[in-house]
Amino acid sequence: MPVLRARILVRPKAGILDPQGQAVERALPALGFSGVRNVRVGRLIELDVEDSARLSEMCQRLLTNPLIEDYEIVESAGADSIGSPADAELPGGVAGADSIGRPADAELPGRVAPGTSA
Amino acid sequence: MKFGVIRFPGSCDEVDAQLACGRVGEAVLLWHGDRDLQGVDAVVVPGGFSYGDYLRVGAIARFAPVMEEVAQFAQDGGIVLGICNGFQVLCEARMLPGALLPNTSLRFIFRQVELEVASADSPFTSACEVGQRLSIPVKHTTGRFYAPDDELARLAANDQVLLRYAPGQNPNGSRHDIAGVCNEQRNVFGLMPHPEHAVDPLTGSVDGLVVFESIRARVSSRARV
Repeated sequence: MPVLRARILVRPKAGILDPQGQAVERALPALGFSGVRNVRVGRLIELDVEDSARLSEMCQRLLTNPLIEDYEIVESAGADSIGSPADAELPGGVAGADSIGRPADAELPGRVAPGTSA
Repeated sequence: MKFGVIRFPGSCDEVDAQLACGRVGEAVLLWHGDRDLQGVDAVVVPGGFSYGDYLRVGAIARFAPVMEEVAQFAQDGGIVLGICNGFQVLCEARMLPGALLPNTSLRFIFRQVELEVASADSPFTSACEVGQRLSIPVKHTTGRFYAPDDELARLAANDQVLLRYAPGQNPNGSRHDIAGVCNEQRNVFGLMPHPEHAVDPLTGSVDGLVVFESIRARVSSRARV
């Protein structure tokens, strides 16, 4: 059975207060990193999966709470690619601040349906 | 009447809950891996760190075998009380609206708070009067009740908010100062404060007893019918 490496990016839903992000945002200027805004802290779940069609269901039922979190599923090659090759697909230095969120995400390879369930 | 208090791996308030229930009735512990509710009249999902609270608080505990039975019990009208971690479990199980998020302070808080009874129309607050103050402790890191605006409006319209933090007492950033909510059918209730820790003068307050007394009153009135 071919195995896929998947990454699930979990973020606090837009509009929900994220005190952890705020704390990080306040800490950065103290270290000399100015001009940082809109810090949100989420979670990354990595897993190997045989049937990637079931990832959304996994996210809905257990991996995320759709009431408070949005998620994105990023699939990469086989499970043996754990490590650097898959890393290259992570949204690294994406464009300007206005591209935070969906628009920039769409340009990334191997992306499947963003989960913005009700 | 007979209470059943669930014990998950990681629970830590189940014994206090059992003792509190024992002041108004009989109380047994129910093991998370069992499916037998032992004929109890009410279920208490206690505080603690069920299944280590891994992933999200309550996220894994909601799939415990006993919780399937509790969901069915609630669907059949059974009385279910979730305290602290139990509240989180019931929200994750979608048996209660909303979710609990980390306190805005990001700190563990542990203190006595003043609550106001917002509705006495429930099996959990019927021994109270609306506006009555209760002094009950909170102790949690993830107690900020959140629900989207439309859900909050629904909760208000249906009178589902049973307890609020008194003005100026909100310890966690909970929306609309909500300390405890019930489901639409009013037989499932979750709250972050710990009524089971406020049942003896030795610990400073006996105000938590009204919750257990209310449940007993409801169950015994139903038995008589």
